[in-house]
Amino acid sequence: MLSTDAPLIPRPEGLYCPEGDFYIDPVRPVARALITHGHADHARAGHSAVLGTQQTLDIMALRYGDGFADHRQAAEGVIEVGGVRVSFHPAGHVLGSAQIRVETRGQRVTVTGDYTRSPNAACAPWEPVPCDILVTEATFALPVFRHPDPAHEIGKLLASVAAFPARAHLVGAYALGKAQRVIMLLREAGYDAPIYIHGALQKLCDYHIAQGVPLGDLRPATVARGKKGDFAGAIVLAPPSAFAATWAQRFPDPVICFASGWMMVRARARQRGVELPLVISDHVDWPALTQTITELDPAETWVTHGREEAILRWCELESRAARPLRLVGYEDEPE
Amino acid sequence: MIGAFAHLLERLAFTPQRKGKLAHLVGYFRTRPDPERGLALAALTGDLELRAVTPSLLRGLVAERVDAELFALSYDFVGDLAETIALIWPEERGAQELPLADLIEELQRTGKTALPAVIATRLDRMTPSQRYAYLKLATGGLRVGVSARLARQALAEFGGLDLPEIEELWHGLVPPYTELFVWAEGGAKPVSAARAPFRPVMLSTPTDLEALQDLAPDEFLAEWKWDGIRVQAVSEAGTRKLYSRTGDDISAAFPDVIAAMDFEGAVDGELLIRRGAEVAPFSDLQTRLGRKTVSRKLLESHPATLRLYDLLIWEGRDWRSEPFAARRLALEQTVAGLDPARIDLSALLPFDNWKVLAALRANPPEPVIEGLMIKRRTSPYLGGRIKGHWFKWKRDPMLVDAVLLYAQRGHGKRSGYYSDFTFGLWDGDQLVPVGKAYFGFTDEELRALDRFVRNNTVDRFGPVRAVEPTKVVEVAFEGLNRSTRHKSGVAMRFPRISRLRDDKPAKEADHLSALLAMLPER
Ligand SMILES: [Zn+2]
Ligand SMILES: [Zn+2]
Repeated sequence: MLSTDAPLIPRPEGLYCPEGDFYIDPVRPVARALITHGHADHARAGHSAVLGTQQTLDIMALRYGDGFADHRQAAEGVIEVGGVRVSFHPAGHVLGSAQIRVETRGQRVTVTGDYTRSPNAACAPWEPVPCDILVTEATFALPVFRHPDPAHEIGKLLASVAAFPARAHLVGAYALGKAQRVIMLLREAGYDAPIYIHGALQKLCDYHIAQGVPLGDLRPATVARGKKGDFAGAIVLAPPSAFAATWAQRFPDPVICFASGWMMVRARARQRGVELPLVISDHVDWPALTQTITELDPAETWVTHGREEAILRWCELESRAARPLRLVGYEDEPE
Repeated sequence: MIGAFAHLLERLAFTPQRKGKLAHLVGYFRTRPDPERGLALAALTGDLELRAVTPSLLRGLVAERVDAELFALSYDFVGDLAETIALIWPEERGAQELPLADLIEELQRTGKTALPAVIATRLDRMTPSQRYAYLKLATGGLRVGVSARLARQALAEFGGLDLPEIEELWHGLVPPYTELFVWAEGGAKPVSAARAPFRPVMLSTPTDLEALQDLAPDEFLAEWKWDGIRVQAVSEAGTRKLYSRTGDDISAAFPDVIAAMDFEGAVDGELLIRRGAEVAPFSDLQTRLGRKTVSRKLLESHPATLRLYDLLIWEGRDWRSEPFAARRLALEQTVAGLDPARIDLSALLPFDNWKVLAALRANPPEPVIEGLMIKRRTSPYLGGRIKGHWFKWKRDPMLVDAVLLYAQRGHGKRSGYYSDFTFGLWDGDQLVPVGKAYFGFTDEELRALDRFVRNNTVDRFGPVRAVEPTKVVEVAFEGLNRSTRHKSGVAMRFPRISRLRDDKPAKEADHLSALLAMLPER
């Protein structure tokens, strides 16, 4: 267990900074919350004061309404919170996502939040943030996770669309981040046809466009647009939960696709009834995670959530100090 | 190239529908050259003779490269040895495309001691998906959800060929089946070089009492349809083979029958397991199926026997164009000389009108009978399912009224619908799952079931929904076996939802004891 004079302490509410009296990504309502990014399991409603990037605040407002917190502050440059210097740095995960660096009790601590180092045209790229203590996520922390080039995965989707022109391709993608990343990957691959989106993606796609992410021609995938056959050959994006809903019944013999880092494992894909798995991840894979630890070379590595056993074992083999925080309340990938 | 084969395996693994699998296979045959496509076909039909690469050899290889604890954690998560190794193998020198033929030849040629190093060198130069395909090939168990028959069906579709004709030729040919692909692409049909080859089997169409009214009873012969497996026994010029009706060679599992095939010709019959004077339930036969060798103990406890229906070839003469009545007479004479404990004759049933037959059908002398076969006296022996010659009049299916417990979503045209159902029966005041069904209902009934599932979900486990146990359905099935793999202790054959019993409250659904009472006696 961490002693009470540690710079950050895991508590049931989330990761707590005693000196600054704030939490990072708390899972329960608290007085002062610093939020890494807008995914629902990291950015919850009900805190009194929230500090986050402007985009994260905007996304929270889209999700929870304008009054999601009494006080909202947009992070820019170095900010003092309760006497502690904090700064936000791009995490490459989703639009607005940040790593949070905290300088407290003589230590520089980088809390990565969720991050990826592979290029993501839907948001600013990850930056290395030097630190004494690295607090990292470990969602895909197993050596089997070496995510392929996302452009290659999008190539698979386009090949399938060409091979089955009479079928609609339904791509499961989470509403914040993954959906826009898939759209941008399609556009980068030269696909300029309209892309149809489920109603649950509309607001966030509009927001990305407003923030300068050129998503191109997006149209609602509503049945009011016509008959079943109208979606033949189309690419339709929806949150994965929509596949369980009657919504999916409107498409002609659809090819079910799912964009997720988990799709590397066949059993996972089959269990979800996926016909075309697309290995596209917004989290660091094993090589990127170990590379990050090696490059930043922190005195200690703390692991927030995910498959911590493997990365702790790796740190042990590398003679690096590491400990699990066992934070609960974070999902592998939020809906 | 191994990459193209790897891609095919990936597509097949994720395509649940038969039609889709066929399309992937046909596309592969169309675009890949010889000998690759033929080798891939052989891998899928299980006809590739490869040195068995053992799991322990593979574990040894990976242990030299990956920390044991990291591997264990990964294997635990992935669940498949070949897949875990494919994903975890450190990429060393960049992927290289290698012809399937070279890789297979190398695995066949390399000696046991050199094999690990050879495999490691190959794995170093592959992508994860290539490694997976290579390891599956090397270990022999593809298990990608494609049967040998489906693979041959794809070849038939690719070339516009007749599947029975392919099956007839199959055992005379060897990988990479170049002459089959020549034929498929418009060239000459290969000549069968097989000893004791398989001939296409004649199949029946279903009938019932109403349909039979249009037929004259005196133009037909009838016999029991035994519940074993339909086989073709061929003994020619010293070679003896036992084929399933799809042409798969199952000789190795039935040496006792092979030994008794003391004749020169090809006959058609039912393979059964005997229990004294009686025929044992189908599950007894299942314990012998699929074996490469059979222990003496199993031969004694589960003796196999062949019950003959028909005669195709006899002492060099082809009888297939003769009328059934004549073939049957010849069969009766020939059987006389064989060991009656191993090979006997399916008896003809006396009848002069369909009512008499209906009465027999309602009361078969043994439980291991599926129904009746009704055969036109004048029919030649025709490969395939040709209408108007042979009719199968099955016994009425067994029925239980069961309660829906779980539902899972379907694929393809059923995407978005809950179409795979688990149902249960009462055991005391508990509902015990007894089976799964995903067909039998009409489209309209499917919509009703889907609605029910959505409105009555009480729990979710991944893609599975547990429902309020209030919906009663009539489940029809063709037979029942004991099974240790099922919680209820029994497994149904071909269960389907035959009717929605919205008139029945759940508490009036059947009890497990009623199902157990339908089991064939031990
Ligand atoms: Zn996230
Ligand atoms: Zn997360």
